[in-house]
Amino acid sequence: MSATGSRRRGQALVAWLFALPFVLMFGFFMLVPLASSILMSFTDFRGSDVRTPTAVEFVGLGQYLDLFGDPRFRRSLLNTGYFVLFGIPLTMAVALLLATALNTGITRFRTAFRVGFYTPVVTSIVAVAVVWRFILQPDGLLNRTLGWVGIDGPDWLHSTTWAMPALILMAAWRNMGTLMIIFLAGLQNVPSELHEAARVDGATTWQRFFRVTLPMLRPTLLLGAVLISVGYLQFFEEPFVMTQGGPLDATLSAAYYTFTQFGFGEYGTAAAASYVLFVAIAALSLVQFRLLRSED
Amino acid sequence: MMYQLNRRQALTYAFLVVAGCLTVLPFVWMLLGSVKSQGEILRDPDGWLPRSPTLDNYHVWLTELDLGTYLLNSVLVAGFVVLGNLLFCSMVGYALAKLEFPGKRVLFTLIMVTLMVPGVVTFVPLFVVVARLHLVDTYAGLILPFLISPLGVFLMRQFMRSVPDSLIEAARLDGAGEVRIFTRIMLPLSGPPMATLGILTFLSSWNNFLWPMVVAQSQDHYTLPVALSLYSTGEKATDYGLLLAGSVVVITPIVLVFIALQRWFVQGVATAGLK
Repeated sequence: MSATGSRRRGQALVAWLFALPFVLMFGFFMLVPLASSILMSFTDFRGSDVRTPTAVEFVGLGQYLDLFGDPRFRRSLLNTGYFVLFGIPLTMAVALLLATALNTGITRFRTAFRVGFYTPVVTSIVAVAVVWRFILQPDGLLNRTLGWVGIDGPDWLHSTTWAMPALILMAAWRNMGTLMIIFLAGLQNVPSELHEAARVDGATTWQRFFRVTLPMLRPTLLLGAVLISVGYLQFFEEPFVMTQGGPLDATLSAAYYTFTQFGFGEYGTAAAASYVLFVAIAALSLVQFRLLRSED
Repeated sequence: MMYQLNRRQALTYAFLVVAGCLTVLPFVWMLLGSVKSQGEILRDPDGWLPRSPTLDNYHVWLTELDLGTYLLNSVLVAGFVVLGNLLFCSMVGYALAKLEFPGKRVLFTLIMVTLMVPGVVTFVPLFVVVARLHLVDTYAGLILPFLISPLGVFLMRQFMRSVPDSLIEAARLDGAGEVRIFTRIMLPLSGPPMATLGILTFLSSWNNFLWPMVVAQSQDHYTLPVALSLYSTGEKATDYGLLLAGSVVVITPIVLVFIALQRWFVQGVATAGLK
């Protein structure tokens, strides 16, 4: 008995030694920030308080009230909603189109196409922004192409109307690859017998797509929707590198607002804003998982 | 029937080729623009092919803008981050998968909780922690917060659980200690999840720009994306050829790694997506 007991104690010691480096860094750089972000959002913590955190005062829900009183924050929530509402369906539709095309039984160049469509995902947003700013200029590549078909394109990034659509387009380009891979895996799991049966019954290609493929793909589509909405709700990089939230706050997202508050030294406000966003992300994921379960 | 199938395939290929060209077009534009002089870009913004290709833009990066330092910093940070994740996540992954110890469940639950916390929530307090530790504008400040990742632990633990207990028991009967079991049995078997983890962490470290931009305050500590971002919004904002050349330098290593290891990338997306 005592032999196994000491062996167990020995194993526990070894296990904690194995876990130690991780636990130390996890504690310092994840748990402490996570715990302090909650506390911070109920205080008036400012950048100047980093050296003397004892000078910080609790303000209760003050930060949250101020936040919703700030028209720029409300604007940033609306902008994020706009981005999510149009960005998610667009990205999913394009990804599904690409995945379906790649899954139609073509064999040659499949890998090359897949690599091509996925490349935007792995490339640095900073580098990609340089060339996109160039393409979206008033006399840039996009507007000259539109000119061929008689459309007079706007000054995308300096128009309060068109800056957001331009960023949505760019985000769809950057993220379609991830969803394409996920959808492709889902499509390959649709049993070919189902398609055969539908074909025998005289169903057209379109009917088979809408009546067989899409229903079978529902769990995969929902998984893709959850993944992408968690990312899209934190919409930040595109406006940061392309428009700095402008023009006139037209592309100021909630995550961007958080970052600007951090820049102003308003750490408490930034923490509160990030929690509002966190709640939105958690709520949306919950709704989507509910949908996923109830439809099954 | 045969004819129709072929026509459909032709249409599919046509669609894929057009979509593929549109997708990679920004990269082609970037590459071609990077070998044009500023004069040519301004004179002929419509032109595709460079009339007199030049490497001047790259030369300026190397000689005037200290590209070597930025590149070295990027490689250094990404190297440490990848090695740290591989080592520390597999160590704790082994403990969570195969060893019994008090506090195991709490630890695993905490890891799973942080997996769901978006980065924007911890960003500001993480900066406060790093500032309190006097790590602002140091390599340690750039590297330490990313040496471990909850996702990495999850990947390693899931995989290591599938290693049969009998292998480990047999080694224990032969008198092997836990360290020996870890280095001689678990690590050699864990190639696939380590490849996935290595690729995912390299990718996010190489492309990370917000954290290094805030933490690296002197030019000596800039990584490539930070340098490119600051130049493209600052003094060099209109020097298109130069900025495009910088973009090519940032993108090329990751695209090469991606093409070489694309099978593993795809698996990484599938596992990370299905967490």
